[in-house]
Amino acid sequence: MSFPEQNSAENLEIKESALVTAGWSAEARKDAFERTMKSGLPTARDEYWKYTNPKSLTSKIVEKAPLSKDKEGGMFTGANPIKIVFVDGKFAPEKSDDLDVSGLSVERLSIINKLNLHWAKDLYGRYEKLSQVSVPRPLAAYNTAYADEGVVINVSERIERPINIIYEHADEYSDVILRHIIKIDDNAELTLLENGPAAARLNQVMEVKLSDGAKFNHIRVLGRDHERRTATHIFGELGKEAKFKSFTLTVNGVLTRNECFLNINGDDAAAHISGACIGDGDFHHDDTVFITHDAVGSESRQVFKKVLRNGATGVFQGKILVKPNAQKTDGYQISQSLLLDEDSQFLAKPELEIYADDVACSHGSTSGAIDEEALFYLTSRGISKQIAIDMLTMAFLAEAVEEIENIKLKQVILDLLTNWLDRHSS
Amino acid sequence: MLKINNLHVSLDDEDKQILKGVDLNVDAGKVHAIMGPNGSGKSTLSYVLSGKDGYNVTNGTVELNGYDILELEPEERASLGLFLAFQYPIEIPGVGNMTFLRTAINAQRKSRGEDEISATDFLRLVREKAATLKIDTDMLKRPVNVGFSGGEKKRNEILQMAMLEPKVCILDETDSGLDVDAMKLVANGVNALRDEGRGFLVITHYQRLLDHIKPDIVHIMADGKIVKTGGPELAIEVENNGYSDLLDEAS
Repeated sequence: MSFPEQNSAENLEIKESALVTAGWSAEARKDAFERTMKSGLPTARDEYWKYTNPKSLTSKIVEKAPLSKDKEGGMFTGANPIKIVFVDGKFAPEKSDDLDVSGLSVERLSIINKLNLHWAKDLYGRYEKLSQVSVPRPLAAYNTAYADEGVVINVSERIERPINIIYEHADEYSDVILRHIIKIDDNAELTLLENGPAAARLNQVMEVKLSDGAKFNHIRVLGRDHERRTATHIFGELGKEAKFKSFTLTVNGVLTRNECFLNINGDDAAAHISGACIGDGDFHHDDTVFITHDAVGSESRQVFKKVLRNGATGVFQGKILVKPNAQKTDGYQISQSLLLDEDSQFLAKPELEIYADDVACSHGSTSGAIDEEALFYLTSRGISKQIAIDMLTMAFLAEAVEEIENIKLKQVILDLLTNWLDRHSS
Repeated sequence: MLKINNLHVSLDDEDKQILKGVDLNVDAGKVHAIMGPNGSGKSTLSYVLSGKDGYNVTNGTVELNGYDILELEPEERASLGLFLAFQYPIEIPGVGNMTFLRTAINAQRKSRGEDEISATDFLRLVREKAATLKIDTDMLKRPVNVGFSGGEKKRNEILQMAMLEPKVCILDETDSGLDVDAMKLVANGVNALRDEGRGFLVITHYQRLLDHIKPDIVHIMADGKIVKTGGPELAIEVENNGYSDLLDEAS
């Protein structure tokens, strides 16, 4: 087996001449370009990519991703969201809502990019660059260098209506880079919903700054087009008493790598990252999370549950770093897989690195099959074996889904899971 | 109603024979008790009857209302009216007690070609039955058996039995782990279900449960067989003299 080297004929080109040289972001882009050149694109030989082969994320050729018949765009309609629609990474104004909402500023990167000055300059690439200290994340740096579209959001109040970014996929070979910047001011709050397959190949980065007392609720459902390949990064910083909650549901997709890198810099802040995924067949899903506690009395939770069958693969790499000053840290990390057959596999690398002495951190990682005793108990009451397995599967996923606070939105996710189980039950 | 004929059972993964020719008929309207020392095969009998994996029936038949049930799945046996109250009820985190009960009732109704129970009828029924067993709303809302005390778990078994209205109820050491008050509560729940159309098989080590659930017929099981059958006085004999006299007598 051989792996492509950076700038080899098979790889994405990293060209300085392709960089935007004008506007407020030019400097950050040049900087990111240099980072990418220095680290090179990821290869399967990198320790950090040990469990997930990045080849199809870095190759010059985008593999075809046929469009699924399911129309998933409207799944959050019941929450009356402000819709922003991208089709293969291109903004679709006719499908999007009016973005003129009090307390909220939503702009598009492609438009503000041309300006010489913009508040986003302070954030663009900032957390991505910071994240490179622990380990190179070249796909994110590449995104900083070349992204030309995405939403740039500033929230100055508590916004009731969620923003829903819908990613439609129309071109079977689309190769898309998206970059979102989100700044939530003191005591402001935003709920962001994302759903849809987006593209045949998607490289997406979201940078989020939560000021003191800010709250960010994030729920996303990665689209179902099975052949899609997706690499996402969430980078964030939490101020004092800020609350960050992010939940991701993944059903199908041959390759998904979701990275999350958060710095808790404010006292008494809380960050919860959770995910549920169900994978069938040639499904590969990787959650890679790195949370740094750098303040007193902060809390973090990582809750990831994966149901895998017919040879599906699940990966979890999760780390909690507690800096010396981060006393009274409460850290929790759990990653579990339910393997419905012997062909499926779960690879986990949980890590704790603690330099403070007054902390409570726990972590656990398990792989298991359906509990035969529980299955017998349910069937002995007249419940069919398939329904009993579905009930136990939902029960397994519950801890992750329970991380969603909003009851209506939680129900949307539960309904999606139930539908998936119904469809796949024989 | 339940006819067990010459039942021989070994464990799947070892050659050991556990049941060595059990003959037993449970009649409608009757309470049969099975007593016997540890390791006599009582619990195995309850598991084999309800269809648990891991047992190999090497000989014999079991009929429930004329159906040969040994080839049937646990859920099919349940729908025919068989119910096992577990000695150790299983905790199922993430599955709500109410959801579990309603799914079970509707699954059984569906398999019998009946309509599903309406949400309001279900709620009314479950509240009524739960009240008589002193099961509070909080217990109903919690995940199945999770965080329940031993007594609460057993009461929850009886609640399921009351809701599912089975034809044949097998109670596997329902008295184990219960104090006297809890045992009375459970026994009252069972007695409320005694009915001309329903048969009971009560498995127990001790006579004390049978003070509260009065049996019509008592069987003594030893070494994989029924070795003696008699009236309620047989249970008292066990209580007074232990099993050894009876077993010597039988052998």
